[in-house]
Amino acid sequence: MRLKRLIAGTILAGTLAGTALPAFAEELFVPLFSYRTGPFAGSGIPIANGMHDYLTMLNERDGGINGVKIRVGECETGYDTQKGVECYEQVKSEGALVISPYSTGITLQVIPKASVDKIPVLSMAYGLSAAAEGNTFPWVFNPPNTYWDGASAIVTDIANREGGAENLKGKKIGYIFLDAGYGREPIPLLEQMSSDMGFELLQYPVPGKEMQNQSSQWLNIRRDRPDYMIMWGWGAMSPTAVKEATKIRYNMENFYGIWWSGGNDDAAAGGEAAKGYRTLNFHGVGSDFGVIQDIKKYVVDAGKSQVDPAKFADNLYNRGVYNSMLIAEGIRRAQELTGKTVIDAVDMRSGLENLDITEARLKEIGMEGFALPMKLSCEDHSGHHKVYVVEWDGKDWKKAGDWFSPDVDMVKPLLKKAAADYAESNAPWPERTEACLN
Amino acid sequence: MLYRESGQYKTSYIADQAIFPIREDRIGMMIIGAIALAIPFVASDFFLNAIMTPFLILALAAIGLNILTGYAGQLSLGTGAFMGVGAYSCYKLTTIFPDVNIVILVLLSGFFSAGIGVIFGLPSLRIKGLYLAVTTLAAQFFLEWCFIRIPWLYNYNSSGAIEVPERRGFGDIVLTGPAAGAMTQYFVVLAIVVVVTFAVKNIVRGRIGRQWMMIRDMDIAAELMGVRPLTAKLSAFAVSSYLCGVAGAMFIFFYLGAAEPSAFSITLSFQILFMVILGGLGSLVGSFFGAAFIWGLPIVLRAGLPAMGIDINAETVFHVATMIVGALIIFFLIVEPHGLARLWSLAKEKMRVWPFPYG
Repeated sequence: MRLKRLIAGTILAGTLAGTALPAFAEELFVPLFSYRTGPFAGSGIPIANGMHDYLTMLNERDGGINGVKIRVGECETGYDTQKGVECYEQVKSEGALVISPYSTGITLQVIPKASVDKIPVLSMAYGLSAAAEGNTFPWVFNPPNTYWDGASAIVTDIANREGGAENLKGKKIGYIFLDAGYGREPIPLLEQMSSDMGFELLQYPVPGKEMQNQSSQWLNIRRDRPDYMIMWGWGAMSPTAVKEATKIRYNMENFYGIWWSGGNDDAAAGGEAAKGYRTLNFHGVGSDFGVIQDIKKYVVDAGKSQVDPAKFADNLYNRGVYNSMLIAEGIRRAQELTGKTVIDAVDMRSGLENLDITEARLKEIGMEGFALPMKLSCEDHSGHHKVYVVEWDGKDWKKAGDWFSPDVDMVKPLLKKAAADYAESNAPWPERTEACLN
Repeated sequence: MLYRESGQYKTSYIADQAIFPIREDRIGMMIIGAIALAIPFVASDFFLNAIMTPFLILALAAIGLNILTGYAGQLSLGTGAFMGVGAYSCYKLTTIFPDVNIVILVLLSGFFSAGIGVIFGLPSLRIKGLYLAVTTLAAQFFLEWCFIRIPWLYNYNSSGAIEVPERRGFGDIVLTGPAAGAMTQYFVVLAIVVVVTFAVKNIVRGRIGRQWMMIRDMDIAAELMGVRPLTAKLSAFAVSSYLCGVAGAMFIFFYLGAAEPSAFSITLSFQILFMVILGGLGSLVGSFFGAAFIWGLPIVLRAGLPAMGIDINAETVFHVATMIVGALIIFFLIVEPHGLARLWSLAKEKMRVWPFPYG
């Protein structure tokens, strides 16, 4: 009766057994979860290109890291958590060094698994904010900032423009967000800040299916007239929001996006009218950096990249580069710590935990001025580093203001509490057993 | 000649009414059962975790939809949401009763889904076809909205997702949560799916199933012959939603490990519908074929094409899989509306008479 199923199963098993060979000993396998398809592809493509190209450049220019080639494996998730879990299982079986899910939903999904499977998760400036607590989450890293840092930094910048936090009293701040794990993540912090500082927080959720149809939300915004707007958008949502904001003639200088809403295509959707739109950033924009020039020379000009030349080195591309730099530096640090050249996922965890990228090191890798030095520790897996504001000038992102620090004093105790809550609601949450090397 | 039933005489009603009256089928089932039990000992964790377990779960969901659409003729687009009801009720049950064995809770959560299914099945008494599909679509959107907007359902979790806690059972074996072994989860899922499938097989070949099929084939004639459309249609909705609910609970607890509301979106409903269409409407074995095909195709392509030396980008695999599924759906709807299951039974017919095609 089910003979056919049997045959099909055998063939399937045979194919997989044939392909899922154990990883070669002399390589470093770095999987990249990417999404070049689906509603989030607009933001996913530049990120994926940036991440891929930096690692390829290391292979081409330096022959890998300390003589060991990097094998880059992309797994298409479509920003879909179900596919993300499938990718996770796949790369796990291939010996992945580190997982960078590139989706808050997938990150939330893999955090409990990764701690059991002993694979570090690098969720660069996204994912679970509470994961910054290294003692609760030894296997999760979210440098250089958490979402809560981002939210507090935006409010800090608003407060500075208003001439002090006390002047925020009675002001209305609107929060338009993708109604998913991603957009909901900063709400506890914003609510806390709103009650501390006395501003009114207005929430405008945008369901994932309605990303390109935000007119009802913007109708409400026009009615409520918030003094400032904060946006947590991604994929097709950000350009739509920028366009809608220009349509109701919202004052773009009072419109802030989180760093993920700062793609060039996002702002360009509003064209000249979007001039003044601001987002946070933690790395350089443009192509005037040694590292970007090297990528151009070794990867893009050599035809080894998928990037569209017109979109080379745009904001999200550079963020992908930054992300891969963190991975590569983590590997290098792990090699230093263990004395091995071919490391495994457990070594990688220590490498990331002891990450210490100094000014001198940045200069060496051609990232002088591209990023600030950063250091992680066993307790602190995020670093809560400085950020700066970039402004859209109608054509490109321009730096608007100096690097400044998020309100760390306020964020840290809340993170501690959130981490404890997470451990409690996911009991039995394993105690940290990993030794602290720094 | 390879496969025939001549000489197999049934001398009692029991033998005549058996689920598998033909000896070859019984042997085949035993072989499949043995393979299903042996797979975990030879296959990798990836194969179990990412292929076999979700395949079995989705096959159960496809059976659920097949009951409603294939057997009772009521078109539904709300499968994903009914699966969600199962998952969320299982989550609530296990947080309220943490000491109860999770397998029992999974089976219980199906009843919540059945209840919701019956409520949304009520319109089927008045309307049918495309109009009914639209009301079940409303169920899909309404329930999804509930999963997002009612924080009680996800225990006021700040991320809005349900996270599966660790649960033990059967003598302190970890059944759910990240520490659960792939093999354990596979066996639990396999046991549930096999038991439920046999139960469903018996329902569809008995009185209730025959009522469904009468309603499907011609509801007025069925009514004239004494079938009550109310009980027949609502029981189809109840059984179908029950199966979907159990599948949804297993999908989260034994496969994904955590779920955002978007996991139960219309995409999932369509995925299951495609499984039913490709596998074969009104066929249980077809549900397995369909699930294996739709779930397996992208994975096979992703692993198989590079192995054959075709260098292909991750996203192209996606596009290719979508194109193949799309083309096949059109092909099957035109050429063989009964899907893979019909091809399978044709093959069996051929094997019975081989080598004499007119024998």
